[in-house]
Amino acid sequence: MAKQLMKGNEAIGEAAIQAGCRYFFGYPITPQNEVPEYMSRRLPEVDGVFLQAESEVAAINMVYGAAGAGARVMTSSSSPGISLKQEGISYIAGSELPCLIINIIRGGPGLGGIQPAQSDYFQATKGGGHGDYNLFVFAPASVQEMVDLIMESFDIADYYRNPVMILGDGTLGQMMEPVEFKTPQKRDLPPKDWATTGCAGREPNIINSLSLVAENLEQHNHKLQKKYKHMKEHEQRWESYKTDDAELVMVAYGTTARIVKSVVNKLRDQGVKVGLIRPITIFPFPEKAFAELPSTVKAFLTVEMSAGQMVEDVRLAVNGKHPVHFCGRTGGIIPAPAEIIKVATEIMGGEAK
Amino acid sequence: MKLIFDRPSALTDKHTHYCPGCTHGIIHRLVAEAIDELEVREQAIGVASVGCSVLAYEYFNCDMQQAAHGRAPAVATGIKRVHPDKVVFTYQGDGDLASIGMAEIVHAAARGEKITTIFVNNTIYGMTGGQMAPTSLVGQKTTTSPYGRQAEHCGYPIRMSELLSTLQGAVSVARVSVHDVPHILKAKKAIKKAFETQLSGKGFSIVEVLSTCPTNWGKPPIEALKWLEENMIPYYPLGEFRSPEEVK
Repeated sequence: MAKQLMKGNEAIGEAAIQAGCRYFFGYPITPQNEVPEYMSRRLPEVDGVFLQAESEVAAINMVYGAAGAGARVMTSSSSPGISLKQEGISYIAGSELPCLIINIIRGGPGLGGIQPAQSDYFQATKGGGHGDYNLFVFAPASVQEMVDLIMESFDIADYYRNPVMILGDGTLGQMMEPVEFKTPQKRDLPPKDWATTGCAGREPNIINSLSLVAENLEQHNHKLQKKYKHMKEHEQRWESYKTDDAELVMVAYGTTARIVKSVVNKLRDQGVKVGLIRPITIFPFPEKAFAELPSTVKAFLTVEMSAGQMVEDVRLAVNGKHPVHFCGRTGGIIPAPAEIIKVATEIMGGEAK
Repeated sequence: MKLIFDRPSALTDKHTHYCPGCTHGIIHRLVAEAIDELEVREQAIGVASVGCSVLAYEYFNCDMQQAAHGRAPAVATGIKRVHPDKVVFTYQGDGDLASIGMAEIVHAAARGEKITTIFVNNTIYGMTGGQMAPTSLVGQKTTTSPYGRQAEHCGYPIRMSELLSTLQGAVSVARVSVHDVPHILKAKKAIKKAFETQLSGKGFSIVEVLSTCPTNWGKPPIEALKWLEENMIPYYPLGEFRSPEEVK
């Protein structure tokens, strides 16, 4: 299929449909409105269902019902709406249901603003709702990568029986880039023999997260933790850029990583040995990327559109071996290359040019 | 020997956890009988809510999903949109449906969602130990209205059937009671009709069933049935508020 120019939010919808998603439940919120709008137009064309729910709370519970009924289903929202969905997401994770959740992050806290941010990293990667659970979280850095990851996400969700989240930001949702819809490699998926489809010819199926006997609930938690451990062992993804001889390794994901990449190129032109680790999965966090680094590394600099969230995972991965610095902007402000260069140069003991 | 009474096939043989004298058992049976008579057990997908009936998924012998507090109509919507040919029902109490789940029930009804809701109204939060519900009667003593519900402090009980019957999508709305045998028979008829409404594809159907909570009302079962008749029915009149026959 030829490349076409598409807005990020619309590409999200098309990628999901091409991956077999036929059900979308959502509620309007800026800056992701093009996702439900696109789905409301496209899903009826493929015999799917788009339904605008009365709230984000209802939308995520419709997702729970549809996922429990065996469907490929998704929802999308932005930060305040994702907060409202957290109860339902916890139930979905507890009941081990597959689905896709898109968060096109805007600045917070509270109603915040409508400009891009990465301040929902903790919420996305540390559970978000109540109880011990994790989502599988991708953090794409371009519209093409977002499309590729979405097309894989439904298989991953089915494979693990776990919700997958795409963590984007307002920039990725709103910008237009050329995209190509490529069929991803398929995973071997077991049949959904657990789904509620009517019990003709079998015993009834029950979708449930209630477990009143403490020992049983602990067993269930062990099972969930085993799943997350498997993800950590087998699913970490990242891009390493010019890290071979790097003395300073910058760490950034999503939109910020694009800016940092150009910072790396500029500093390299000035002879400063810098590189970039760009996490693509942020749960599981790509700690393996840090183990692979050369002995030339002296320090790390994490750059985020937040007050410092992923930097905590970077510190855990670095484990005290080197100093980990942070540079961030909040409230919807995208960090400019010059300010990152200034911080990086200071860390390297030089003066910004 | 001739078999004259048996468990409906839509009920499992598990012992329920309901308190002695609680009318949930009767209502479970009526729902199961309706499912059996319509021969839809293998097409049925039920949604249990949060409250005393949270374990309903262990008692109904069909596919079941357990929903978050108040969200059963949203969960049922998701299921029904995926399986429009299946029979989807929710089983909810008054705290679940009329308080925390008000938005979900109103909008499922407004959309004319082709699901059936069994709404058990006993004017109290049973599972959590007898707190005031949005349906508690004025003057009713509960653990959070120890001086009796005072209208000037927390308003008046909500009549859900009347409220929902203003919505065009709610095509079958009835309030029934299970305080004696004639009323139980009428309740059975209404529940069956609600499922038939769903099968006809006309829209949303709900049966509000007035029910007792002897434990949290602090009354012996027979007195509780009498209290329902004398106090609840005057405020919550029985009858059919919307009927599919009106819908052209």
